[in-house]
Amino acid sequence: MFSFDLLLDAVVIGVLLGCFYAAVSLGLSVSFGLLDVPHIAHPAFLVMASYAVYFLNDRLGIDPLLAGLLITPLLFLFGLVAYRLYYETFERRGSDAGVRGIAFFFGIAFIIEVLLILQFGVDQRSVTASYIGKAWRIGEMRIPFRLVVAFVVAAALTILLTLYLSRTFMGRAIRAVAQDQEALRLMGANPVRIKQWAFGIATAVLGIAGALLIIVAPVDPILDRTYIGRTFCIVVMAGLGSMTGTLIAAIILGVAETVVLTLFGASWAPAISFAMLLGVLAVRPQGLFGR
Amino acid sequence: MSRNSLTFWIGATLFLVAALAMTQVIGNEYPFFACYVILQFIVLAVAWSILGGYAGYVNFGTSAFFGVGVYTAVFLFKAFGAPLAVQIAIAAAFGAFLGFALGLLTLRMQGIFFSIATIALTIIIETSVTNWRFVGGAAGIQLQRPSVMAPFNSYVQMLFFVQALLVVLAVAIARYIQGSWIGRGLQALKDDELAAECTGVPTLRLKVMACVISGALMCATGAPAAMYLQYADPSSAFNLNYSVSALAMSLIGGTAHWAGPVVGAILLGVTQQLLTVTISSEVNVLVLGVMLVLFVVVAPEGIIGLIRRAFRDRAGGDA
Repeated sequence: MFSFDLLLDAVVIGVLLGCFYAAVSLGLSVSFGLLDVPHIAHPAFLVMASYAVYFLNDRLGIDPLLAGLLITPLLFLFGLVAYRLYYETFERRGSDAGVRGIAFFFGIAFIIEVLLILQFGVDQRSVTASYIGKAWRIGEMRIPFRLVVAFVVAAALTILLTLYLSRTFMGRAIRAVAQDQEALRLMGANPVRIKQWAFGIATAVLGIAGALLIIVAPVDPILDRTYIGRTFCIVVMAGLGSMTGTLIAAIILGVAETVVLTLFGASWAPAISFAMLLGVLAVRPQGLFGR
Repeated sequence: MSRNSLTFWIGATLFLVAALAMTQVIGNEYPFFACYVILQFIVLAVAWSILGGYAGYVNFGTSAFFGVGVYTAVFLFKAFGAPLAVQIAIAAAFGAFLGFALGLLTLRMQGIFFSIATIALTIIIETSVTNWRFVGGAAGIQLQRPSVMAPFNSYVQMLFFVQALLVVLAVAIARYIQGSWIGRGLQALKDDELAAECTGVPTLRLKVMACVISGALMCATGAPAAMYLQYADPSSAFNLNYSVSALAMSLIGGTAHWAGPVVGAILLGVTQQLLTVTISSEVNVLVLGVMLVLFVVVAPEGIIGLIRRAFRDRAGGDA
């Protein structure tokens, strides 16, 4: 049953899939990795963005990637508001914020799930575009075109965000606030405003990421549960807040998933990311590229 | 025995007598079906708050423990035809073991890392059970209830009474912990784990203990669910709804006192039963989520906190 070709196939697909996973984890890498916000609702926001893309594609026939770009400003504003709410109710009050902050985002995730179910039903939804459904053939290997699109866009998105965080003034400020908030305050900057901006960016990235999610595979309202494992696994494995680390960790997860899928079958797939997450937490909680 | 304890035990006895009387008087099965679920949520919420409320460790793994309880019962029943009491006892033992493992595995994790680890554990166990053919795999398994024992007329009534016993057990344990050194230690480590450790509180032992007790209770309450539904499948036994319900009920009721989770579970449990019957189960999850977020934002101390504040205000006004 075991064949080398199959394994090679799995590795190639895994790398492509990994880049896609990086794209959906970037936002969490900023919000959780850099800002320490216990953002369990990140995957729920992601699925919500996918449904917005689905809506634009289904009703108006807009290309999914363009639709993702169109909803990006809205998501940015949504992120600003969400952080403000979180800050006012939890970070500012200080004590016991941990427990309730987690419960807060968990509740938000649940509300989004149910609203999506009530609006769109429990069935899987997918988008239509010219590049979906075709495949590239290289020798014996068959690479779905949708994965290639996701790979290219995801790589571009990762590079852009990395450049933003390292080259622009605001990007550097975001990394500074992650390193030492007090020092920033002493220098006369307002850390809360910077963190709010960063959270907005982290949410805005979900526009494109959500488009990729629904391009790669159909989505359903409770898909976010699987992605809690994937995104947190990647961000923790990467070492909180490292963008390059996020890309590498995502590729490791992608390859691990496709290889296990090929060798043991699909029914074990949901557990892989969670098992890797537990392993990383138990053995090396600071991640592979920890700060 | 102090007066307070006496009142508590008299109340508990009255509750059990009333439950038993109900099974003898009411012939219709539906009230027992509905009340069973509410009782089950009381146990889950009380058990959750032992770790989540007293120690401040947010456990998303309620569904893992519940599901393990369900499947322990399924396995024992299918393999040996074990009676209900044995199913519950072994499920509790298994839950204690699982809680112990969770405690050890997650010692170094705090805050959100612990919470995520518990979600991870849930999915891993669910996936393993899905791949376990003997208990039905992904398709689930049908179970035939054995004949009912006297003095009960139907199996559901017996399950209802068993769950009432578990409620008393869970509340008694939570109440004991709250008043003992364990509760004070957990409270200390919730406020500041490092400071607690430095002043000689055995934080590690306390955390593992809370995990063990909480896990045993959750598994025990999951065990009768297999016979209640006469059916078990992984995606409903490990449904994340159990986790969010237990968490929401505890936080909405208030975690500072053992009565908080009980009040929260009764309030939300009754609301859920009414909503499920009258509107739909989706709306009932929505209400749960909205209430959780509302309480966490507006009334962080829960209903118990609101009541206490009302009393304090009145006392202040009189003086």
